[in-house]
Amino acid sequence: MAVITRGFGGRRRDDTDLPPGQYRTDDFPVLSAGPTPRISLDDWELAVVTETGERSTWSWAEFTALPADEPTVDIHCVTHWSKFGTSWRGVSLDTLLADVETAAEYVVAHSYGGYTTNIPIEDLLDGQAWVAYEFDGEPLVPVHGGPARLLVPHLYFWKSAKWLRTLELRLDDEPGFWETAGYHNYGDPWREQRYRAD
Amino acid sequence: MARAAVPGRLTWQSATVAATRAETATARTLILDVDGWTGHLPGQHIDVRLTAPDGYTAQRSYSISSAPGPDRLEVTVQVVTDGEVSPYLVEVAEPGDQLEIRGPLGGWFVRRPADPRPALLIGGGSGVAPLMSMVRAATSPTRLLYSTRSPSDALFTAELATAGAAADGLVAVRHVYTRVAPAGSPVPPRRLDADALARVVWPRDADSVAFVCGPTGFVETVADLLVGVGHDPANIRAERFGPTGG
Repeated sequence: MAVITRGFGGRRRDDTDLPPGQYRTDDFPVLSAGPTPRISLDDWELAVVTETGERSTWSWAEFTALPADEPTVDIHCVTHWSKFGTSWRGVSLDTLLADVETAAEYVVAHSYGGYTTNIPIEDLLDGQAWVAYEFDGEPLVPVHGGPARLLVPHLYFWKSAKWLRTLELRLDDEPGFWETAGYHNYGDPWREQRYRAD
Repeated sequence: MARAAVPGRLTWQSATVAATRAETATARTLILDVDGWTGHLPGQHIDVRLTAPDGYTAQRSYSISSAPGPDRLEVTVQVVTDGEVSPYLVEVAEPGDQLEIRGPLGGWFVRRPADPRPALLIGGGSGVAPLMSMVRAATSPTRLLYSTRSPSDALFTAELATAGAAADGLVAVRHVYTRVAPAGSPVPPRRLDADALARVVWPRDADSVAFVCGPTGFVETVADLLVGVGHDPANIRAERFGPTGG
């Protein structure tokens, strides 16, 4: 039976776009596990590595010369906040993976600083994911994942790896940092997949 | 009929407010009785779910501030202006009231009891809550550096003074006040800086671990300063509280 909390009324807003268990914030909170890495654009490199070891890389100049999209999306953090209508500029994964030959079904995103997260490759294709390098018309600041971060807005935001360095394409699934620390392997906010076995 | 539990699944459990304890003018501790609770690792948090009589629900995450133990836990909550859940927990909830919790959660910002490494705990404001669990459960050398605006904003003041004065010398506590220093203090109020950190950081060869918790700006500053004074970034664990309207 449901537990009713005496004296609780709530401060509800009419937010029909909120996934279950989320609340809306107009701030941009930060969730990360350690110090914020600082990466010079001269040293920055993005790599895609396939299951056979084929490696494609982009320098900052090469990466930012690729065709870019300007998605406006809602984002949902597992710590219960959602932020509506965030504006980004970034390169679609469809573009980055267009010339990559692979049979991979999974991707592990590796970050500067050592963070990892795993995502099925089909969740990164067909206009669902970007490597973003601007937020609200400004260069993406380090605390929010700059120089560039993954943006996969239909999954909980820990899947949108900050400080992205390498996309490792794999035939098998390999749980990442939070996925091995008790969080859900897939992380769909609309099915409230926060923790393992949710 | 009761639904079969899914193995490994964190289910919602009912919790009863056993008692409350005022910590400051705007923060208090809720002592929760939870049947079958098996304890936690210091640093972990729980999700709290409140349900209004008409079925409307709200969820937030709160750090556990008590030492691990069965059937009971404590969360320490700071009121967030215009918040939805924190004003209820700090100003409305009374002994006997029921809510739901799920946890313990988080497998990274934790200090395991078996970990022999010395620890440096750095808290800003109510970010001291999960660090307090680490202090209460400390079995290896522990230094706490606690930054608040003023002495009256500090949580757990009396208990921290006792812990820091204990004969075993396991825990050392140092306060930093950013706006108002205690009456008669020779040290003026100031922000945490590299000097203050250099005085408490463990020697580089001590194989220590640092836990930093507080508002985002505080954590960013402290983590950067720690890296600056030579702390291994891989051994700095951070938990950030955004001003999220909770």
